[in-house]
Amino acid sequence: MFSDKPAVTDDEAAKITRVEELAYELSVGEVMTSKVFSLRPNQTMREALDEFKQHRISGAPVEVDGKLLGILSIEDMIRSLRDGRIDLTVADYMTADVITARKEDPVIEALKLFVKSRVGRLPVLDSDDKLVGILTKSDITNGLLKALQNDYEAEELIRYRASHLFEDIVSDRSTLTLRYNVKRNDFSHGGAASNNIKKALLRLGATPQIARRCGIAVYEAEMNLIIHTNHGGVLRVEIEPDRITMEAYDDGPGIPDISLAMQPGYSTAPQEIREKGFGAGMGLVNIKSCVDEMNLASSLDRGTNLYMVMHLDKTRHFS
Amino acid sequence: MKISEILEISQGSLLTPYANPDIEILGGFAGDLMSDVLASIQPESVLITGLSNPQVIRTALIADVRVVIFARGKQPAQETIKLAIEEKLPVISSDLGLYEISGRLLQHGLPSFEKRMLHAFDSD
Repeated sequence: MFSDKPAVTDDEAAKITRVEELAYELSVGEVMTSKVFSLRPNQTMREALDEFKQHRISGAPVEVDGKLLGILSIEDMIRSLRDGRIDLTVADYMTADVITARKEDPVIEALKLFVKSRVGRLPVLDSDDKLVGILTKSDITNGLLKALQNDYEAEELIRYRASHLFEDIVSDRSTLTLRYNVKRNDFSHGGAASNNIKKALLRLGATPQIARRCGIAVYEAEMNLIIHTNHGGVLRVEIEPDRITMEAYDDGPGIPDISLAMQPGYSTAPQEIREKGFGAGMGLVNIKSCVDEMNLASSLDRGTNLYMVMHLDKTRHFS
Repeated sequence: MKISEILEISQGSLLTPYANPDIEILGGFAGDLMSDVLASIQPESVLITGLSNPQVIRTALIADVRVVIFARGKQPAQETIKLAIEEKLPVISSDLGLYEISGRLLQHGLPSFEKRMLHAFDSD
């Protein structure tokens, strides 16, 4: 596990991972060269040589009406020159057994082919087996770099705008408020608001740890609104440069005994809720362990108000 | 342990396209209670569960889980798969049970992320 190589920083690691991800997301069709120069099988090797010189290429696919018959490389050209037979046809010297890539395949599949076969270029076929392009390793590098660049610019712009929000606005106290209405029994959207909150915090430059802890706290609160309220309730998140305040409130039925509700494992959730994986009686306990401050107020006529605060000091700031 | 090894050891099949098989997984959690998952699980982990509703995916996302295994051959709802694809979370379906998948992964050196629940309350 240990090596002498210099340690990779988190930042670098994130970039490497992104390149790997892109190799799965990008398709061969997106990075290949689609205007392909190709040869016919009945052309002579002399004609092929002229074409190679003129187009400054070192290989080309051989096709008739889009059907791939082979590939002619510079090695094949050298063989014909050595034999002194450049009057013979392309069909005589081409490699007929061609390794091809599929247009819709992820780039990673093509990379594996390059590694396994050691060929310099892969003709690309579409789903009808028609030749649609050619792929070299430098096509892949260029494609990845371009995608990475686009990605980076888009994300930078959003992040910059988001993380400078507070600097750009001059006021005595700036806050950003996110509000989500959570419906009772709306299981199919359960957790959606919390995931949006977590993403927003990351966008704003919160550390992954802070985003995760706030995410868990509001997720539990969101599920409580779905499971335990009369009409659902509201999730409200207030973001300030030095703190995140999260609130969940509803209009009933209220919690009869708060200290009992705070006990780990105590649950009033019905069986059908437990079958969905909720109501384990750990929600409020989880919330308490995730946030810095928690206050639960409830009355049987006015409903419940759950108040949670996460402080952002110098080590846990918005970057 | 890499996702590719987890796939092989759990005899599972990927339900989402193009998961990066080289993503490193640090530990695992098996269970059906989402709050227990949130209380225990560490980031960069595998979640093995017998549930198959979309909340499993949302729980996994909140907890920074890297891959989810649906045990006992459960085919999750289309809605669940769709959410996983949108969020780029790899999900695996395995015919093996929770117990067997966990046992196999543990035997191959993947540590458990399950923690003891303090002061468990007896509600019955």
